[in-house]
Amino acid sequence: MAHVPEREVKLTIPMLQNMELAASKTAEAVAEVMDLGEEKTAEVSMALIEACINSFEHSKSPDRQVYITFFLKDDRLEIVLRDLGTGFDPNEVEEPSLDRKLSHGARKRGWGLKLMESMMDSVNIESGKNGTSITMIKYKNKTVEKSVSVEVEE
Amino acid sequence: MSGGFNVDVRQEGSVWILSTHGYLNNIGGEAVSERFQKLHTEGNSIFLIDLADTRIVNSIGVSILLEILEKTMETKGKLAFANCAPIIEKTFQIMGLTQYATVYPSTEDALKALDI
Repeated sequence: MAHVPEREVKLTIPMLQNMELAASKTAEAVAEVMDLGEEKTAEVSMALIEACINSFEHSKSPDRQVYITFFLKDDRLEIVLRDLGTGFDPNEVEEPSLDRKLSHGARKRGWGLKLMESMMDSVNIESGKNGTSITMIKYKNKTVEKSVSVEVEE
Repeated sequence: MSGGFNVDVRQEGSVWILSTHGYLNNIGGEAVSERFQKLHTEGNSIFLIDLADTRIVNSIGVSILLEILEKTMETKGKLAFANCAPIIEKTFQIMGLTQYATVYPSTEDALKALDI
């Protein structure tokens, strides 16, 4: 029996200023093929921008590349974003609070994970010393309970 | 959308309107901040950021807006936004920015509410 490949789109981007927009544009094209609608498309695009810039800024990846695969499934769009950096422990990322951040001199950054989790239906992070893989899912039609999971490789 | 960004500034009564054009990332945020700082240092206190021509932001750009908000609050001033794309307004809501800065559907609505 002939193998029927999954519908998928692969994209590799260098960690350079504004290259996250290349990922965002690809996400928009994929979302259009899937007929995700304007609101969900914008949410996917925003989450992907945040995932890319997190990787650009924090991964310390030696090859300075981000590998992105879009899986176009019947009921959902799955995006897997991978880098070959040094990894991080998402459990150690502090939940941002605007009240705290508005105190004089407080660091204003640190919203990326919260935005990704808020924009997507599911976010799974696997991270270890050989890199980080983030799987983000947006369902086409269903309103599903959000899920966030984290796996840290020792 | 290209990475190009610029800010136009104009005054309507006591309100300074900063209109952004392009992707509000770190570079865009710094450009807004630079224009804001100058006006704020001169003693101005009411600011409206018009995002009609900005369709995409990232959290670094918005974090710079938080610095602007903090400085405005420190001097008992006002900061508001107008013409936000739905995804930008949603981003502001997630970050809690809308608790401190009102988002208006248009600059006209904002200027009315800011007592001009």
